[in-house]
Amino acid sequence: MSENAIELKGICKYFGKVTANDNISLTVKKGEILSLLGENGSGKTTLMNMLSGIYFPDKGQILVDGEEVTIRSPKDAYRLGIGMIHQHFKLIDIFTAAENIILGQEGQSQIINLKAVTADIEKLIHRYGFQLDLNKKIYDMSVSEKQTVEIVKMLYRGANLLILDEPTAVLTPQETEHLFGVLRNMKQDGKAIIIITHKLHEVLSISDRVSILRKGAYIGTVETKDATEQSLTEMMVGEKVSLNIDRPTPHNTRKCLEVKHLTCINKYGVKAVDNVSFTALGGEILGIAGIAGSGQKELLEAIAGLQEGDGSILFTDPATGEEEELLGKDPLEIKKMGVSLAFVPEDRLGMGLVGDMGMPGNMMIRSYRNGKSALLEQRGPRQLSEKVKEELEVVTPSISYPVRRLSGGNVQKVLVGREISNSPKLLMTAYAVRGLDINTSYAIYHLLNEQKEKGVAVVYVGEDLDVLLELSDRILVLCGGRVSGILDARTATKEAIGLLMTKHGEEN
Amino acid sequence: MAAPKQKEPFVRIVKRDSISLGKSVAIRIAAILLSLAFCAVLIYSITHSNPVQVYRSMMDGAIGTGRRTWNTLRDTMILLVTALAITPAFKMRFWNIGAEGQILVGGIATAAVMRYCGNSMPTLLLFALMILVSLAAGLIWGLIPAIFKARWNTNETLFTLMMNYIAIQLTSFFSIAWEAKKGSGNIGTINQKTQAGWISTSFLPDIFGNFNYSINVFIVLTLTVLMFIYLQYTKHGYEIAVVGQSENTARYAGINVKKVILRTMALSGAICGFAGFLLVSGSSHTISTSTAGGRGFTAIIVSWLAKFNPFVMILISFFLVFMGNGATQIASEFQLNESASEVITGIILFFILGSEFFTNYRLIFGKHRKEANE
Amino acid sequence: MSFLWAVFKGIFSVTFVQKAITQGIPLLFGATGEIVTEKSGNLNLGTPGIMYMGAIGGLAGAFLYETGTEAPNGLIGILCAILGSLLFSLAGALIYSVLTVTLRANQNVTGLALTTFGVGLGNFLGGSFSKITGTAGQITVYTTGQTFRTRIPFLSDHLGIVGDLLFSYGFLTYLAIVIALLASWFLTRTRIGLNLRAVGENAAAADAASINVTRYKYLATCIGGMISGLGGLYFVMEYLGGTWQNNGFGDRGWLAVALVIFALWKPARAIWGSILFGGLYILFAYVPLSQSMQEIFKMLPYVVTILVLVISSLRNKKENQPPAGLGLPYFREER
Repeated sequence: MSENAIELKGICKYFGKVTANDNISLTVKKGEILSLLGENGSGKTTLMNMLSGIYFPDKGQILVDGEEVTIRSPKDAYRLGIGMIHQHFKLIDIFTAAENIILGQEGQSQIINLKAVTADIEKLIHRYGFQLDLNKKIYDMSVSEKQTVEIVKMLYRGANLLILDEPTAVLTPQETEHLFGVLRNMKQDGKAIIIITHKLHEVLSISDRVSILRKGAYIGTVETKDATEQSLTEMMVGEKVSLNIDRPTPHNTRKCLEVKHLTCINKYGVKAVDNVSFTALGGEILGIAGIAGSGQKELLEAIAGLQEGDGSILFTDPATGEEEELLGKDPLEIKKMGVSLAFVPEDRLGMGLVGDMGMPGNMMIRSYRNGKSALLEQRGPRQLSEKVKEELEVVTPSISYPVRRLSGGNVQKVLVGREISNSPKLLMTAYAVRGLDINTSYAIYHLLNEQKEKGVAVVYVGEDLDVLLELSDRILVLCGGRVSGILDARTATKEAIGLLMTKHGEEN
Repeated sequence: MAAPKQKEPFVRIVKRDSISLGKSVAIRIAAILLSLAFCAVLIYSITHSNPVQVYRSMMDGAIGTGRRTWNTLRDTMILLVTALAITPAFKMRFWNIGAEGQILVGGIATAAVMRYCGNSMPTLLLFALMILVSLAAGLIWGLIPAIFKARWNTNETLFTLMMNYIAIQLTSFFSIAWEAKKGSGNIGTINQKTQAGWISTSFLPDIFGNFNYSINVFIVLTLTVLMFIYLQYTKHGYEIAVVGQSENTARYAGINVKKVILRTMALSGAICGFAGFLLVSGSSHTISTSTAGGRGFTAIIVSWLAKFNPFVMILISFFLVFMGNGATQIASEFQLNESASEVITGIILFFILGSEFFTNYRLIFGKHRKEANE
Repeated sequence: MSFLWAVFKGIFSVTFVQKAITQGIPLLFGATGEIVTEKSGNLNLGTPGIMYMGAIGGLAGAFLYETGTEAPNGLIGILCAILGSLLFSLAGALIYSVLTVTLRANQNVTGLALTTFGVGLGNFLGGSFSKITGTAGQITVYTTGQTFRTRIPFLSDHLGIVGDLLFSYGFLTYLAIVIALLASWFLTRTRIGLNLRAVGENAAAADAASINVTRYKYLATCIGGMISGLGGLYFVMEYLGGTWQNNGFGDRGWLAVALVIFALWKPARAIWGSILFGGLYILFAYVPLSQSMQEIFKMLPYVVTILVLVISSLRNKKENQPPAGLGLPYFREER
C-alpha cells in the first residue's frame, strides 16, 4: 500500500492544436485535501477529467495506490475508487435523488429494491452529516441539494478519491461551510480529496496542500500552512503582472438608464429579479456582483428586451434628454426607437453569435435589416470584420472562418468588437472575461474604459470581486434577485461585498 | 484494483479541425463506389449475371432511350423540387417530414382545377389558377404544424409525419369521389381528350423529340437558382440560418422567431404544393395516393446530404433517380419485383450517410500520440 | 339517430373488438419496440422499414422450411418464422445503430433511409423470393400460417362471449401483451431499465455514472427493432395467414410510431392504446357512409395522435415528455 492515493506523471492532453495540459505531475495522499488552483482555462478541469475517465491522456502515467492504471471510461474510474463532482451536475432531471445515486451501479439483484437502497444511503447520509430527501425529484431541487446528491452518489459507489470541480461557485457561505464540514469528516475517514477552485480564502481554509497550474503547465505544490494569498496569486498569475486595472475618474456623468421596481419571472417560473431599482450613469462603469444565478442574467436580458417583467426601465437619450420606456419592447422595437444599446451576453456562441458563420455573418446580426432591399448588404459587414480583426487583434485564418472554431478569447473579441462598433450609449456585459487569458482580459477592460470615457454607461456583470473592485466606479450587489446594496467601488471592501452577496432575504 | 492491461484504447476518434474540399469529395466518391460494388455483389448473387452487364442495363434503363432519359430527367426534377422545398425548413432545423402530404394536397388542388375548370377557362388563366391553388394548398398544409410549433413548441417531426397520412386519406377520398369508372377507385387521366391543364411542349420546336419534359426542367432549374439566392443572399435566408443555429441568438438579434418559422414553413409547404402541381399537370395527369411516391422522404435525404446547397442537390437527385430507374429496369428484365430500386437506393444512402463520419472525424490507431498534436 | 345507433351497434359487438385487437397487435409490437429504442435516445424512424423486414424475414424463414420438407410441421414452421423475423429486423436495427451511434449520422435521415430500404426489401423479396430461390409460385406458407392462427384450445370455444373476446387469438397476440408488460416492468423496476432511461434522458450524465452509453444504445435499438419486427411477422402470419401482399402492411409502421406518442412512452399504455388505434383504423367499416366518406374516417388515428401531441405539449408535464435526449447524438470527447 502506498501512502499516495493517486499520482500523475507527465500528463499531456491536446485538443486539436490547443495544448490543454503540458507535462503535469502531481500527487494526492490519503486523508488529505489538495487544492488545485489556477485561473479559468489553466487546464484544471481537463486534467481532472482524465482521472474521471471523460478524457484520455495523450501522454503520461496515472498511478492509483502505487500501481499504474489505465482509465478509459468513467467505469474504470469508479472501479479505481475515483469519483468526480462536475461543475455542471451530471444528474437525470426526472429521476429522484435515490434513483440518481444508484444509477449505473451493479447491485446484487437486477430488480431494484428501493426501500433497501434508501436505507443504505440514509446510513451514509448520517455518517457524514448530509441533509437530503432521497425521494425528491432533481428538477425540484436547489443547486446545493443537487451537489449533495452528487457527493453522496460518489461515496455510495465507494469513492476513495473525491474530485470537486469548483464546488462553492454556486453556494452561499453557509452552504459552503456545511460542505467544508462534510469534507473534513471524509478526510478524517481516510478519503483523499481534490478540490478545484480559484477562491484563495477557501484554498487556505480547507486544504492541506495546494498545487498550481498555469496555462496548462504545472507550476508547483506548496503546503497550505506556508502559503499566503499573495504567494499563491503570484504562482497562479506568473511573473508580476500589474494587477492595477486602469480606472479613469468619471467626468460629465449623466443619467442614462433608470430601472424602477423591476420584477421578472424567468422561464422556470422563478422570481429571478425582485423589485430591483438602480440608475446607471453615462461615463461610469457600474459593476454588478452576486453569486451565479442571483438574477444577473434576467436583469440584463430585461433591459435588452429579451425578458418580460413588471416595473419600469427608462432610457434617457443623452442628446435630447427624452426618456423612453424599454420594458415590454422586443430588441427590434428598442432598436427602432433609436435606443443605442449594446449587450455582450454570457452565452457567447449560444446567444451573441452564430457559430457556423464567419465574422461578416456575425457582424450583421444586428444590422442586416438596414436598407430597403430584400438582399443582404455584404460589403459593410466585410469591412467591419476586417476592422475588428485588425483593431482587436483577432486571431483567425480568415474572416470567413466559422467563429465556432476560434478560441474563447477571439470569440469574445468578435462579439465585443461588434457590440461597440455601432457606438452604443449603453453597454452591458455579462462575464465578459470568463475563460479568457490575462492579456485578453486586460484588453477587454481597456475597451470598457474607452467606452466609459466616451460617455457610455457601462454595466459590467462579473464574478471576480477583485476585478469588480478595481474596474467599476460603483458596485451593485444582487442577492436572490434583490439589490442588497450599491457601494462606491473606491471605498468598498471585498468583505463588505461578500457579505452583501449572501444577505439572503433581508431587507434592502 | 485490477486495471486493464492494455495501455490505451486501440482506436481513438478525433474531430477534424478542417478538411480540404478535395478530400471530402474523395471520401464521398469512395463511398459511392463502395456502395456500387456492394450492390454489384448483391445483384450478382441474385441474378448470376455479369455485374458489368447489369450496370450497363441499368444505364440503359435510366438513359437508354430518349423516352427513358426524359423520364429520368422528369423524376429528377420532381425529387429536386421537393428537396428544394424542404430545404429552407431544414436549414431552420424544422424537421418538415410532411413533404409527402404537402405534395399531395397541392396535387389534389391542381387536379380539382383541371377537372372543374379545365374545359371552360382560357389556358393562361387556367394555369395561373392551378398554380395558385396548388401553392395555397401546400402552404396551408405546411402552416398547420408550424403554427403549433411556433405557439406551443409541439414536436414538428411527429406532427408533419401524421399530416402525411391525413393527406393520403384525403387523396383516397377524392380518388373515389372523382373516380372515372364507378367502383374503380381511381381517377384516370384527367382531360384525356382535350389535354386541358397539361403542361405541353408541343408548341416548342421539335428538338428534343415530341415527348419531353423540358418545361419541367426549365422551371425546376430556375427554382434551384432562386432558392440558392434566397438562402445565401437575402435577409430572409439570413434569418433562417440564424434561427436554425440558435433560437436565443435569433431573439437577441431581434428576429421574430415565430414569424420566421411560420413564413419559412409557408414557403416550404407552398413549394411542395407546387411540386404537386408539376406532378399532376406536368407528368402524371392524374392523382392517386401513390403520386408522391415517398419522394417527400427521399428529398429530406437529398437536402441533408447536399448540406442544403441547391446545386449539389441536382447531382444527388439525379444520381438517386438514375440508380432507381436503372434498378427498375433490371428488375423487369429478370422478372423481379420493381421495389429493387428502393433496395438499391437504400443501400447507396447507407454508404453515403456512413461516409459523412469520415469527413468530420479522423481515426487514430495505436500508439502514435504525436499525430494528435499536428 | 338511427345513424348513431348503427355505429353504436357495430362498435359494441364481439367482432368489432376482435378486429380492433387484430389491427392493434402489430401496432403494439411496433410501438413497444420503438419505445424501448427511444428510451435510449434513438428516434428510429426506420421502424416502419424494420417491420417490413421482420415480416418478410419471418415469411422467408417459414417458406424455406416448408418448401424444403415433405410434410411441414407447424411448430417448426413457427420457430423458423420467428428466427427469420428476428434476424431480419436485427439486421435493420444494426444498420441504424452502426450509422447513428458509431458513425454519428443524423437519426432522422438514417431512419427514413432505413424505411425506404426496409419497405423496398419487403416488397422486393415478397414479390421475387420464389424466383430468387428457384421455387415456383407465390411465397405462401399455409401450414405455418395456420399454426400461427391456432386459437387457445378449450377456452376459446367453451366460454361463450368471454372466450370469443379474450381467447380467440393466436399466441402472438398474447406475446405482444406480455412483451409490453415486461417492457414496462423492465423500464421502471430494474437497474438496466433505470440505466437505459438515463441514457435517453441525458447521455452525458449516464456516461459519468459509468453506464456504457454506446452499448445501451446498440442493445436497446436492436432489441427494440426485433420486437417491432414481430409486428410485421404477426401481420403476414396471423392476419394474412402466411402470405405476402405487395404493400399490404401499408402505413401501419407509422401508426406504431404515432402510438408511441399516444402512449406517452409507456408500454403499458400502448396496450390499450393499440386496441383503440386498431378500433379507429377499422371504424370506417361500421359507419353507414358512402365509400368516399369512409376514407375520411380512416384519418381518425392520425388526427387523434395529433391531438395527443398537441395536448401533451400544452400541458407540458415533465414526466410525459419525450426522452430529453431523443434524437441527439452523443460523443464523449466532443467539445
